[in-house]
Parts: sequence; structure tokens; C-alpha cells
Amino acid sequence: MRLAASTRNLTKEYVLDGETVRALRGVSLDVPEGDWVAIMGASGSGKSTMLNLFACLDRPTAGTIMLGDDDVSKLNDDQLSEIRASRIGIVFQSYNLIPQLTVIENIEVPLYYQGIYSSKARKRCIDLAAMVGLADRLKHRPTQLSGGQQQRVAIARSLVNDPYFILADEPTGNLDSATTEEILQLLEKLNNDGKTIIMVTHEPDVGDRTKRIVRLRDGLVISDRPTGGDCSTEHDDD
Amino acid sequence: MAFWLRTWQLGVKSLLLHPLRSLLTVLGIFIGVASVIWLLAIGEGISQKAQEQIAELGADNIIVRTIKPPSEVMDTGSSGATPYGITRDDFDRLTQTIPTIERALPIREIRRRFSYANRVIDGRLVGCTPEYAEVTRLQMDRGRFITDLDQEHKHNHCVLAANVAERLFPFENPIGRSIHVDEHYYVVVGVAKEKAPSAGIGGSFAAQDFSNDVYIPISTLWSRIGDFIVTRRSSSFEREIVELSQVTLRVDHVDHVMETADLVELTMAEHHRLEDYGVTVPLELLEQAKTTRMMFIIFMGMIAAISLIVGGIGIMNIMLATVTERTREIGIRRALGAKRSDIIRQFLVETIALSIVGGVTGVLAGLTCRGVTGVIRQGLEKAFPEIMEALPPVIQSVEPIVVPWSIPVAFGISVVIGIIFGTYPAMRAAAMDPIEALRHE
Ligand SMILES: Nc1ncnc2c1ncn2[C@@H]1O[C@H](COP(=O)(O)OP(=O)(O)OP(=O)(O)O)[C@@H](O)[C@H]1O
Ligand SMILES: [Mg+2]
Repeated sequence: MRLAASTRNLTKEYVLDGETVRALRGVSLDVPEGDWVAIMGASGSGKSTMLNLFACLDRPTAGTIMLGDDDVSKLNDDQLSEIRASRIGIVFQSYNLIPQLTVIENIEVPLYYQGIYSSKARKRCIDLAAMVGLADRLKHRPTQLSGGQQQRVAIARSLVNDPYFILADEPTGNLDSATTEEILQLLEKLNNDGKTIIMVTHEPDVGDRTKRIVRLRDGLVISDRPTGGDCSTEHDDD
Repeated sequence: MAFWLRTWQLGVKSLLLHPLRSLLTVLGIFIGVASVIWLLAIGEGISQKAQEQIAELGADNIIVRTIKPPSEVMDTGSSGATPYGITRDDFDRLTQTIPTIERALPIREIRRRFSYANRVIDGRLVGCTPEYAEVTRLQMDRGRFITDLDQEHKHNHCVLAANVAERLFPFENPIGRSIHVDEHYYVVVGVAKEKAPSAGIGGSFAAQDFSNDVYIPISTLWSRIGDFIVTRRSSSFEREIVELSQVTLRVDHVDHVMETADLVELTMAEHHRLEDYGVTVPLELLEQAKTTRMMFIIFMGMIAAISLIVGGIGIMNIMLATVTERTREIGIRRALGAKRSDIIRQFLVETIALSIVGGVTGVLAGLTCRGVTGVIRQGLEKAFPEIMEALPPVIQSVEPIVVPWSIPVAFGISVVIGIIFGTYPAMRAAAMDPIEALRHE
């Protein structure tokens, strides 16, 4: 099976006022293509740090991180930017759409930073907007959309560059349960179509909808198992 | 191409997000650019005018003028008056010893009252030779100027300046009539066209007003009036003995003007103990005027540059605020694949767009300066007539002339200012850590 991403002994340390914070202390993880992983754990356990490393927003202090067949652990800022533009799809808790741009323009942004600007690309963006159910809102601005709609735009945007995987940091954290369900169904559909998804979440209900739950504590993986089993024993670290 | 179009589109879009703020920022550059063009145009207008007036004096002329020395250095003779100024001997010496002098024009001016019937006007009685009209570019309206024959026979003929003719003969044709000066009569043989006053630049050469002149042959003046002049002042009589008020020398070639002027100075100095004459070289004045113009341009340029820098600081201020305000957007763009250079480009494009808009509108405003100056002048003349009256004529009548090179220069500077003052905020934006930026707010 091909791997969408894998890490070996991934370590991330922050130095703050001379004190070292060890956010990740050697995480090794394989994410095969088509997987849907939930990363869970207490606040401060290193979930976002790990996701940021997958997102190529940061570089590890030690260890390796592979995206597909590419080692991205030692790339410089420009090279990381290029990978983000061309192969990373990312969804945030607070949607993070650009307010002055319309729905369609927001979806286009990663293509713009790859230097792609064609009618074919525009067509692809329109198709993606239709896929997330916003075909009639193309010219609307983010402020004119509900939270769930904004998050769907963000998901469409994360798909536009045909990424290795979709990274999502608490994508349902700001949504009510009905909208959360909408988003989860959308992600489910994408996963069924073969998209790999790595998602950070606090909510056990959301975690249970994924295929696999990885639990972190103090920068270490403490459990890694498929969903469906009894998860209640693991809730001690939340 | 499409990429750049998109970049500019995005920039304009972001600017339109805060239209008032963008407008105010543009205003700084607009004022800077417009003031560059205006100040240079006004400076050019003034200097052009000055140069024209100097050129009026003739670039190949040297003007020697009698100056009345202070009374304490003059010893009063038996007649109660001392002779001073240029003499007929000076005139002969100059014309005979300096070969580069092509022609010499003797002039004697006396303030007199002219009358016809019951109408009176005060003006200058100018004794001159026939060449006077040509050398001073005096044009005739009616009749003729003084001729060699008049000169030779000391005819009592005169030529009136336009204003004198109008005042003394409002309803009649003056030609053939006789005007009255002191106890003498002069027959009018011609009327001159109106002539602008000459420049008053250089210590020895006060501005001359030709509008109240009456011209007669200098030989007539010498024989009828003589050198000993008594002028009635309010309570006393002023006695003077002056042979010539002015000698205008024409040099055979412009290249010889400076050396000839030196010779004239030497020749005059040899025979004059007192500083009772002055030598004016229009060519020299012209050179001075050009230097003055350069200094004026530099001075105006500095003022304009300062206003542009102030505009630039305005841009920088706004862009720094914008960058802080849009930290999150920067984080999003970085997360979606923008390189540092993309962020720099984005913010630079915005500042350049602002300065281009300021530049273009500033240039347009600069081009209107002729019309606007006219309107402002009219307004001022209505509102503050006394103040306008008191201003020097050059400023009263200045027509700004837009200096062609000031347009690309002003525009170019505005864009350069945009780049210079936009770079720092753009770099600050690009230097942000994407994760931190995303966490902002
Ligand atoms: N830029 C940073 N500088 C210093 N320390 C940091 C930085 N980013 C994260 N940390 C620290 O690293 C540790 C892990 O943080 P991280 O954000 O990954 O936690 P998290 O699991 O996402 O928590 P939460 O559930 O609250 O989002 C924390 O102790 C945090 O204080
Ligand atoms: Mg987190």
C-alpha cells in the first residue's frame, strides 16, 4: 500500500526564554493513502504541532517527515511554500477564508500561488464549489455565508491542488451539531472517493466517524487504533 | 501576463476594501506630484518672463547710464549745480577707441510736463537719434519716427508714446499738431505703439516705463534746453548739469560683448572720479537669470521633494497599519502556498498602485495650473486689489509654463517613493511566521 505520509521519530522543540518546550518527542506514524485519521489528545499534547509539520508550515527539530515519496524535513522556506501550494490541502477551525475575495476566488488561491491561471483551472474551481453544494454562491463573499458554508468553501479550496491529503485542525470546532454532521458527511464522501484525511479533533463523536484514532500525550503517541472498538477507556487524557 | 493582471486586480480589490483610507493615502502623493509640476511651472514662468525682458534690452547691447551720485560727494559749482554723468566726450571716446562697437545711441531724458490745449500729462522728454526706435524695438503706430534730417536740422519734431497721444489727443489725430513743453512747441510727426516696461534688473538699471515718453531729436534737446536743467520740485528747484542720460552701445557680435563691456568700464573709469555712471550688460543679466532659474528649480524641487517624502511617509504609515491588520490574511496566504516573495509583491503592488493613482491624478492636476492660476489671480484681484497691486509686475502677470520633463520626473518619483516606502511594510509582512500569523486575533 502506498503511503500518503509517514514520520519517523518526529521531534519538535520550541525554545522560549531559554526554556525548551518539547511539543513532539519522537512520533513515528504511517498514513496510507485513503486513510482517515483522527488525532486526539489533551490540550497542549502536540496535535496542532504535528499537523503544522504535515502541512509544511514548520520544520521538525529532528526526525523525518515524508509526504508521498518526498522527504520534506529539510526543505527551505520557498520549497516548503511550493509544496504547500501544489500538494497540501488544509482546513482550519476558523475557516480562514480571505474576506475581500469571493467564494470562487478563495478556492482559486492555491492555484494562483502555483502560477496556474486558466479557464480550465477556473472550471475546476466551479466544479469543486458545486461539489460542496455552493454552485449558486460563487460570487458571494465569506461574510455573506454561514459558518458551515464557509467551511465547505475551505474544503473545496483544500481540494483544488489535488493534495496528498486533507489536513484539518478541528474543522468542526466552531460548528453546531447539525452543521458538524454536514461537514462530516462531506469529508466521508471525499474519503470514500479515495482522499486521505488527517484531522485533529477534541470531540469523541467526531473522532468516532473516522477510520483510525491516534492519541497523543505530551508529544508522544500513546495509542493508535482503528475506530469501532470501545473508545471510552481512552478518554482519560481529554 | 494573466498572473500579473491578477496580482494587480487583487491589489486594487484590497485597496477598495478601505476606500477612504486609500483616498487619503493617495492624496499625499497627489499633492506632492501636483506641487512638483506647479512649482516648477511657476518658476519657469517667472524666469521666462525675466529672460524675455532682458532679451528686450538686447543681448548684443551694453548700456551705460548716468547715475546721480550722493549730494555730499559732489562739490557744488558757481551755478549751484555740479556736472555729473556721461559726457559727450565719453561718447566720442567710446565710439572712437573701441572697434567692436558697431553703433552708439546717445539718449538724454528729462522729466517734463506736456500739454495740448487744456490737457496735461507728466512724462519723460527723451532726446534720441533715429536709431533709437530700432534698438529699443519701438514700433510706430502712425506717422514716422525721428529722422536723420530732423537730427541734422534740429527740427522741433516729436514722436508721442501711445499713452501720451491718447491722453493729450483723445479725439483728434495728433499728427501735425503741436504740443507744448516748457516754453517750446514741438510738432507731432508720429505716434508709437504701446511697449512693455523693461526689466529693472541690475543695480544701475531701474525698470523703465515707456508709456509716457515724448521723443525728440537729441540735437534739438541740446540746442533748445541744453545741459543745465532746472526742475521744479515741491518747494525748491533742483539744478543739474547732465549731458547724456544713457548711451546704448551695440557690439558687432555677441561673442565680443563681455570684452567690450570690460573696455567700456576701463574707458569710463579713466575719466570719472565719481561713481556717476553704471554699465549694464543684458547678456550678463541673461546669464545671471539662467543661474537664478537653476537655483529656483533646485529650490522648488527641494520643496516638492519634501512634500513627496511626506506623502511617502503617509503611504508607509498606512501600509504598516494595513499589514498589521491583515496579519491573518498573510498567514492564510502563506499556508496556501505563498512564498515570502509573493507576499512582498502583493503589498508592493498595493503601494505602487496607490502611488500611480496619486501620480496620474497629480499630473492631471499639474496640467491645469495655467487655468487655475488665472482663476486664483482673478479671485485675488477681486478680493484683495491693494495686495495684488503691491506685488511686482512679474508676479502679477506670471503665466506658469509646465516644464515638460517635470511630468515624467514627478510621476517617476511618485512610483519610486511608493517602492521605497512600501518595501519596509512589505518585508515586515513577508517576515511573519505563518503559524503565528494564522493564530493572530
Ligand atoms: N510557537 C510556539 N512556541 C513555543 N511553544 C509552543 C509553540 N507552539 C506550540 N507550543 C507548545 O507546544 C506544545 C504543543 O502545542 P500544540 O499547539 O501542538 O497543542 P495542541 O495539542 O494543538 O493543543 P490544543 O488542543 O489546545 O490546540 C504546547 O505546550 C505549546 O505551548
Ligand atoms: Mg491545537
